[in-house]
Amino acid sequence: MKPGLIIGSFLSIIFIGLAFFSFIWIPYDIEALEISNKLKNPNLNHWLGTDHFGRDILSMIMMGARTSIAVALLAVGIGVVIGVPLGLFSAARRGSFIDEVIMRGNDLIFAFPSLVIAILITAVFGPSAVNAIVAIGIFNIPVFARLTRAAALPLWERDFILSARVCGKSEVRISIEHILPNITNLMIVQGTIQFSLGILAEASLSYIGLGAQPPTASWGRMLADAQTLVSIAPHVALVPGLAILLMVLGLNLMGDGLRDLFDPRIKGDRT
Amino acid sequence: MIFTYRNRHNIIDKAVLNICSSQETTIHIWCCFYRLNACAIGPVRFFKVIRYTLGRLLSLIISLVIASLVIFSVIEIIPGDPASFMLGINAREDTLAALRSEMGLDQPLVVRYFDWVIGLLQGDFGNSWTYKTPVSELISDRIWVSLPLAIYALILSTLIAFPAGILAASRRGGASDVTIMGATQMGVAIPNFWFAMIMVLIFAIHLRWFSAGGFPGWSNPLQGIKSLTLPAISLALPQAAILARIMRSSLLDMLSEDFIRTARAKGLTRGQALWRHAVRNALIPVLTIIGLQFSFLLAGGIIIEQIFFLPGLGRLIFQAISARDLIVVESVVMLLVFTVIIVNFAVDIAYAAVDPRLRIKA
Amino acid sequence: MSLLNVKNLSLSIGSFQILHDVSIDVLPGEIVAITGESGSGKSLTALAVMGLLPYGSVMKGSIWLEEKNILTTSEHDLCSMRGRAMGMVFQEPMTALNPVKTIGNQVAETIIIHERVTKFEANKRAADMLQRVGLTVDPSRYPHELSGGQRQRVVIAMAIALRPKLLIADEPTTALDVTTQARILELLKDLVADFDMGLLIITHDLAVVAEIADKIVVMQNGCIVEAAKTQELLHNIRHPYTKALFNASTHRVILPKYIPSSPLLSVESVARTYNLPRKSVFGSRPKFQALDGVSFHISQGERVGLVGESGCGKSTLTRAILGLEEVQRGQIMLDGQSVFSEKKPNLEVRRKMQVVFQDPYGSFNPRHRVDRLIAEPLHVLENTPIGKDRDLAISKALEDVGLSAVDSKKYIHEFSGGQRQRIAIARALIIEPELIIFDEAVSALDVSVRAQVLDLIADLCRKRPLAYLFISHDLSVVRTVTDRVMVMQLGQIIEQGQTEQVFSNPQHTYTQSLIAAAPTLPEVTYAIETV
Repeated sequence: MKPGLIIGSFLSIIFIGLAFFSFIWIPYDIEALEISNKLKNPNLNHWLGTDHFGRDILSMIMMGARTSIAVALLAVGIGVVIGVPLGLFSAARRGSFIDEVIMRGNDLIFAFPSLVIAILITAVFGPSAVNAIVAIGIFNIPVFARLTRAAALPLWERDFILSARVCGKSEVRISIEHILPNITNLMIVQGTIQFSLGILAEASLSYIGLGAQPPTASWGRMLADAQTLVSIAPHVALVPGLAILLMVLGLNLMGDGLRDLFDPRIKGDRT
Repeated sequence: MIFTYRNRHNIIDKAVLNICSSQETTIHIWCCFYRLNACAIGPVRFFKVIRYTLGRLLSLIISLVIASLVIFSVIEIIPGDPASFMLGINAREDTLAALRSEMGLDQPLVVRYFDWVIGLLQGDFGNSWTYKTPVSELISDRIWVSLPLAIYALILSTLIAFPAGILAASRRGGASDVTIMGATQMGVAIPNFWFAMIMVLIFAIHLRWFSAGGFPGWSNPLQGIKSLTLPAISLALPQAAILARIMRSSLLDMLSEDFIRTARAKGLTRGQALWRHAVRNALIPVLTIIGLQFSFLLAGGIIIEQIFFLPGLGRLIFQAISARDLIVVESVVMLLVFTVIIVNFAVDIAYAAVDPRLRIKA
Repeated sequence: MSLLNVKNLSLSIGSFQILHDVSIDVLPGEIVAITGESGSGKSLTALAVMGLLPYGSVMKGSIWLEEKNILTTSEHDLCSMRGRAMGMVFQEPMTALNPVKTIGNQVAETIIIHERVTKFEANKRAADMLQRVGLTVDPSRYPHELSGGQRQRVVIAMAIALRPKLLIADEPTTALDVTTQARILELLKDLVADFDMGLLIITHDLAVVAEIADKIVVMQNGCIVEAAKTQELLHNIRHPYTKALFNASTHRVILPKYIPSSPLLSVESVARTYNLPRKSVFGSRPKFQALDGVSFHISQGERVGLVGESGCGKSTLTRAILGLEEVQRGQIMLDGQSVFSEKKPNLEVRRKMQVVFQDPYGSFNPRHRVDRLIAEPLHVLENTPIGKDRDLAISKALEDVGLSAVDSKKYIHEFSGGQRQRIAIARALIIEPELIIFDEAVSALDVSVRAQVLDLIADLCRKRPLAYLFISHDLSVVRTVTDRVMVMQLGQIIEQGQTEQVFSNPQHTYTQSLIAAAPTLPEVTYAIETV
């Protein structure tokens, strides 16, 4: 077990754990504002200090973890549930008109970065966490569709698929029985990556105010609030940023490690 | 090997798998794209180039059309009545009527769409309701901040990423490789707006090398560039991390190819084989990524502008959203999408100079 | 005076001992062939001579070339020796060239690296060298525009551009067609004579060795088991392993007699065209005629062979017969029913036909266990056996091919290439089809394993009435395992008839050239048992 996988999993589990734990207990109620207590440095009462409204930062981090994970997870869900079948279908009908249409559609969505989609949606529907999920999720669809198709395409030419076709199995059956199990590992790795990207995207969106709205806590929102205070009370700005950094780093390391675990291809160096 | 002419064997898909399975970010998917022969030697190859360019052009136009349809639908159809959406519940009847006639809401949808498109093609983006000025004026002021910022960041990102990626790949497993991989892992995980804040804290507030924000205009170009430097670095570094990993991955792929072995058997040293054969070939899929990077930089710039108080498209859009000025939002989004599509088209065509094989996008 | 002198070379990588005490001698103008099965260490010996072994290789002994010991020469000096004093040609011509550089450029590179010449001069010499190796295409072409044989010529040109003293060729013709192989071997012989080069050729094909080599070195598991001048060796084979190799190469399978009966598969006037990309704006789309009026029959229990080189349409025909692709003209019927069905696969047809593919590693889903793999065709039967019946069917199929029932619980990667082909045959047999298509089924196997699989096929024919279509590029294999043979060229069957007839008395010029080009193993004599 490589150290990357261990560290990554450890970091990821801490944050996921914090998020789950927040359902049971958080140190302080984040909706109670205590202005007199504002901007305290980390101390024994407030392990990570307080923000400009006197709210306990640790509690806000825990609640923010919930938001980030929920948004990123659901966005990945959208991508997988819609994108993977699209990709499988496209690969099964490779070269046909419908395949072209699906691929062009994908490219079109790629022309709209998540941020732009979020802008479009929020301009009309107003900012909210749900809209953030939809915006990030829509961008995930072509990612998974493209990846699934790219992974499935070479498999269709492999002899064992030809055997299955000779046996008279239908495309759908082959896709499910043969293709899908062979690309699952790739999907897991990519899912982890997209999850971490989703966390970053959610933070960006809530930073500019297009994501989860107060009083729902969000790491990005915390950073936006802290922007003007960065010189007076740096911990207010450092802590949420570090949280994002560590969680995303952990997920990336875990994804890397999983990929190495599943497919330890050591490419020969021809030099 | 079962060979069918219908099966357009696409090396890029294989490259995608290799790169994706080396756990890179979504951007690699773009490796599936374009290759083109540009050395127009001989009429057959020349014709291939022309055919390819026309194909890409057609693709470009269709993408633009569909994108415009999507944007139009979202902005003008979904809110129901855009006018009352923009003015709110307490609007007076006569203002509503004025806005409706200004926006041409009494016309049928199809006419409105074509009016809008024709207007766009002529440079008429409509008039902003909140500012009462033509949107094109608003945009032209702002774009001279956002666009240079994106280009600046792109140049920085490339300048950092290429050497780093090549160094890491050529010394695979060594100290420099591990360090660079570690640094890029951090770079990929860091939110760029937070990084910007840290940069401001260190370089502007403590060291006072740069101002903490604001843009003095282009009258003094050096000052202009200086004020864009911190924002560009904040934008560039996370993207550079991604690009460096892709460069490394692509180069490692090339180094395991058979033709490297042939090169070594000819008497090339490891360094010569690396530079003359591997790096050149590895650059080809990486160039596509740069096209996509540009669109991310443009989008990311919108956020960075907030931190540095830059008068760019970002501020325009956010003010428009809070003011519910749909006309501005519609035009700016269309412009952003247009830029992305055009840049990708340019990358497609740029392949003409680089890869003699004609591979159509899978 | 030896050109190349390998003395007691031992190689280990990590904890694996790969080569043990290998000694080889090559004189100028001499062709020495190293032969053996996969895993014998042939290729690594060649790489050791070039100094291109992978990291972590530990070597003992010495390799003398041009009065330098390669094992103690610095990398810098080795780089100057490679290409100038020694050149190497590898097995896979399709991937050996840099796809984004012209072939002229790549050949010129060899010259530029070692000699101080202008680009113009180097390009001129490169063009001359390309002509010398028999390539008639412009040096400004790119590799993807050339065929496999042409690319191999480019690789040879690159290797000999500076007239090295020693040329090493690692399976240079294995990936090529029979006629192309003959021409490349001719070229190599010609170059050796002309340049007074020493050639160290590595090949598993004993017939090639017998035709081209002056000296034969036989390797097994990293050791040299026998080495002698070709003529001496062929008349006096001593080592049992060498004997086994030659036996396997000339193995003749005894098929049960074929009793003529009713037609099973009938292919009538089948034609298939593919559209190619347009070559000019206003021209029509050129078409490629993959199959051009192919007609033949296979009767119940008849064993028919199909030979042809790449591009002849074998693969298209195979896919059409298997019902995987539609044909534009003509029809293919199995027992009166069309093999191609639009929407739903015709299960009755599927029941009667199965296939065994070439690649023992790619024919199976790596995630499934052997029982599931073999049982895949079962769903085609009317009453799909379940539970005990299914297990029984699987065990029987495995035993029929010489494996055991316990193997059904293993994963496919636990088996060797030969065993996998047996499993592939088991999968094909489990529903007792009437026709099996063997698509290059033994081409990827070592010669001794191949002999065993061919024996298995003959054995199966004895136990049940089995008709098959045996597709192969290897003429000697087809000759031994079929009753009737068809020769295909450019989408047409240009000759067909009883196997022995066609081989001993070919009528068509193409068949004649094919048979002439195929290297044959001469009669060998074994030494009296001395062990």
